[in-house]
Amino acid sequence: MSSITPADVEVGAKGDGGSPRQPGRVSLGGLSLNLRSSGIYIAFALIVALFSVLTDGALLTPQNISNIIVQNSYVLILAIGMILVIIAGHIDLSVGSVVAVTGGLAAVLMVNMSVPWPLALLITLVAGALIGAWQGYWIAYFGIPAFIVTLAGMLLFRALTLTVLGNQGIGPFPDQVRTLANGFTSGYLGNIGLGLLGGADLFSLLVGLVAVAGMVAAQWRSRAARQGYGQTVDPMALFVLKMAAGAALILFLVVQLARFNNLPWVLVLLAVLVLAYSLMAGRTVFGRQIYAIGGNLQAAVMSGVRVKSVVFWIFVNMGVLSAIAGIIFAGRLNQAGPTAGNAFELDAIAAAFIGGAAVQGGVGKIVGAITGGLIMAVINNGMSLIGSPSERVMLVKGAVLLAAVAFDVWTKRRAGAAR
Amino acid sequence: MTEQILRMSGITKTFPGVKALQDVNLSVRRGEIHAICGENGAGKSTLMKVLSGVYPHGGYEGEITFEGRRCEFGGIRDSERAGIVIIHQELALSPQLSIAENIFLGNERARRGLIDWNRTNYEAATLMKRVGLRENPTTAIADIGVGKQQLVEIAKALAKEVRLLILDEPTAALNDDDSAHLLDLLRGLRDEGITCVIISHKLNEVTAIADSVTIIRDGRTIETLDMAADQVTEDRIISGMVGRALDNRFPPHEPTIGDEVLRVEDWTVYSPSQPGRKVVDGAALSLRRGEIVGLAGLMGAGRTELAMSVFGRTYGVHITGKIFKDGKPIEIRNVQDAIRHGIAYATEDRKRYGLNLIEDVKRNISAAGLRGMSKRGWVDEMQEYRVAEEFHKSMNIKAPSVSSIVGQLSGGNQQKVVLSKWILTEPDVLILDEPTRGIDVGAKYEIYTIINRLADQGKAVLVISSELPELLGLCDRIYTLSEGRITGEVPRRDATQERLMHLMTKGQE
Repeated sequence: MSSITPADVEVGAKGDGGSPRQPGRVSLGGLSLNLRSSGIYIAFALIVALFSVLTDGALLTPQNISNIIVQNSYVLILAIGMILVIIAGHIDLSVGSVVAVTGGLAAVLMVNMSVPWPLALLITLVAGALIGAWQGYWIAYFGIPAFIVTLAGMLLFRALTLTVLGNQGIGPFPDQVRTLANGFTSGYLGNIGLGLLGGADLFSLLVGLVAVAGMVAAQWRSRAARQGYGQTVDPMALFVLKMAAGAALILFLVVQLARFNNLPWVLVLLAVLVLAYSLMAGRTVFGRQIYAIGGNLQAAVMSGVRVKSVVFWIFVNMGVLSAIAGIIFAGRLNQAGPTAGNAFELDAIAAAFIGGAAVQGGVGKIVGAITGGLIMAVINNGMSLIGSPSERVMLVKGAVLLAAVAFDVWTKRRAGAAR
Repeated sequence: MTEQILRMSGITKTFPGVKALQDVNLSVRRGEIHAICGENGAGKSTLMKVLSGVYPHGGYEGEITFEGRRCEFGGIRDSERAGIVIIHQELALSPQLSIAENIFLGNERARRGLIDWNRTNYEAATLMKRVGLRENPTTAIADIGVGKQQLVEIAKALAKEVRLLILDEPTAALNDDDSAHLLDLLRGLRDEGITCVIISHKLNEVTAIADSVTIIRDGRTIETLDMAADQVTEDRIISGMVGRALDNRFPPHEPTIGDEVLRVEDWTVYSPSQPGRKVVDGAALSLRRGEIVGLAGLMGAGRTELAMSVFGRTYGVHITGKIFKDGKPIEIRNVQDAIRHGIAYATEDRKRYGLNLIEDVKRNISAAGLRGMSKRGWVDEMQEYRVAEEFHKSMNIKAPSVSSIVGQLSGGNQQKVVLSKWILTEPDVLILDEPTRGIDVGAKYEIYTIINRLADQGKAVLVISSELPELLGLCDRIYTLSEGRITGEVPRRDATQERLMHLMTKGQE
């Protein structure tokens, strides 16, 4: 997951570049850290460390890392769309059903109607966009709360799924679709036999090195530009530390994957999505407007933001991402089933809130949502490795969600009291 | 009259990093109206929160003696039991509940856990008569005006058998009629033996109603004056508040007036909530380059409605009329059109309509002008930063950096952020709705200077204000608005408060 770290450090550094007297900051050996925005990453590191110990290292074996990514990719894709919806101050309860109906549509097209798979994928994505447009219309232009519209959507699209599939699974999918969902990059350049890296895939390693170089270069350029304008930047020591940590994480992940089965295609897809959406959220006018709407809807209207149109497109986007998740999920199971995507919306929403989204809107980051999703993924995976029953996994996940939001509210209240 | 009902001595309240109150003393005599004056951030509200137990005993130093007893309030319930009730600036009423329910909220007239509705409504009616509120006790709060809501708050305090009533900016949201009624009511309550402490920025009201005034500056008591004995005037209070004599509350300005830039003709707006009611009726006005024009009107006259309907139809329905920009007719369907045609509107309600309080200074400044600093949808963050830094300096925004969160700034500095945001859109016409509301005297002077500077740059500025002295001191020409109609247009040399007030209260024939 860490080929996304560039955006993480980048976006994370932005909001709190300013005053050193911010509440909720702790000082560690001269390096100050904003607890509210980086607490989630620290928590993630601690949870990974905890389960590494509890599972005697099984958590971080090449095959298990690969499993975690492939098994949770669709929830992570949904979390990207969900955090945008939540930042804008809305919610989407229908994504699980949309995953099911788009997966079902893809299956009908490819299996029953023998439509060529690229065309079928395109039609499915367009269908996802139309579903998003349908809900976006009622929410943005008709003015019904998103909670209601998407609750209705949850029922409507589940009903549609059952109608389309006739209450049975449809499969199998063409190999290309299965590869996208479940497969790995081929060893284009062969393997290398160097000591520790024995048998690792050279192509995957090169991708990892390029990602690290890209991250460091982008961060360095941005830091230099900030300094050029006299903005406060992290002290050099902290900068180097952050870069080293990011690079170590990426390289560790890539090496582990290279030793197993190379890079999962869904990881590549996910990395591209996270990078693109992080840039969109942080650097484009559209992204800014999402934050403006969530931060103060009325002020956004009065500042000339086309609020209705922005909200509409956020839901269209959610529909498209749901369709991608739907295809991947169906492709992974090699079958589109009537119960596909059950309760996915809850996982995506939980990921967003664990990842630092604010209940009132206006706050949140793509990378935060991904980290939130990964925290739940690691808990799921780690607990099943040590043989915990599923009810206990559920219990822990619930507690983590509550604790994460409680922490957010607590730091906010402290910030308020210090004023 | 010399017996003290309340004595606060040596009050010191510290927040992390800030000493909000330092050794403050306040003595209030029984049965008087005691005003507390001071700039925003001087510590008035903090002092009242200490008194009412919002900041519980132990969180501050010093002593409070009320009715001869030392008080150690642990919360609002304690202070209310002692007979101290505070009415905050933002009213704490539940809009969907009835007047009677609100009056007895938390203090229900119940028997064995069941509400006695007859008694509730009967007693509410009695209290309403006492405060002069002529409404049915079962009417919902949302259906009565702000002035009447204020009366409900007072009735609610009376229901708690209040002995010391604290009002924080009670007339800030009221028009002159409602304000006058409220002040009369306070005099009446004083005669009934209820002591009042009133916090107000409106010094004319303070001089009109108060028996004594305590001035607070920078968290310290400066002085307590007896209004009658010391012959206190507004200027006397101002000099105490700012610590210097304010010879001139308005910067001098010599206008250079050019061609007409905006003309509005036959502008009619219907109310979105009451079908058929015209909130603006056939209004016409014209603004010229370099000119500062005032728009005077009582609350409810349609000032904000006129401005907002012109600014991209953000208020009202069935809006008809013509707008001309530089002599050419233009059509404005939404805020984007208005901005494109060089019209800016800085709202009277900064926190609700003006700012994203959880965002930082630079992103608030760029909020309406992002298109100008982006290429193909990508924001140039360095340009954004540079622009924000320029405004930080030129507008003298007192914030640690442009990355500071706007919600943590004072009202005056928030207003400067709002103004920066609109100046960035390079408008030809700026509509400033109550630009100095809730801002302290020093910052007002700065805002006036900025307005003059904008006019000198050839922009037309329309200032909407409830404070007539402000319009008289600032504007080259003043329109008066009454019941949605323009009732007069007065050049600076002919304008007096009396003349304007006469036009503002002119009813329809």
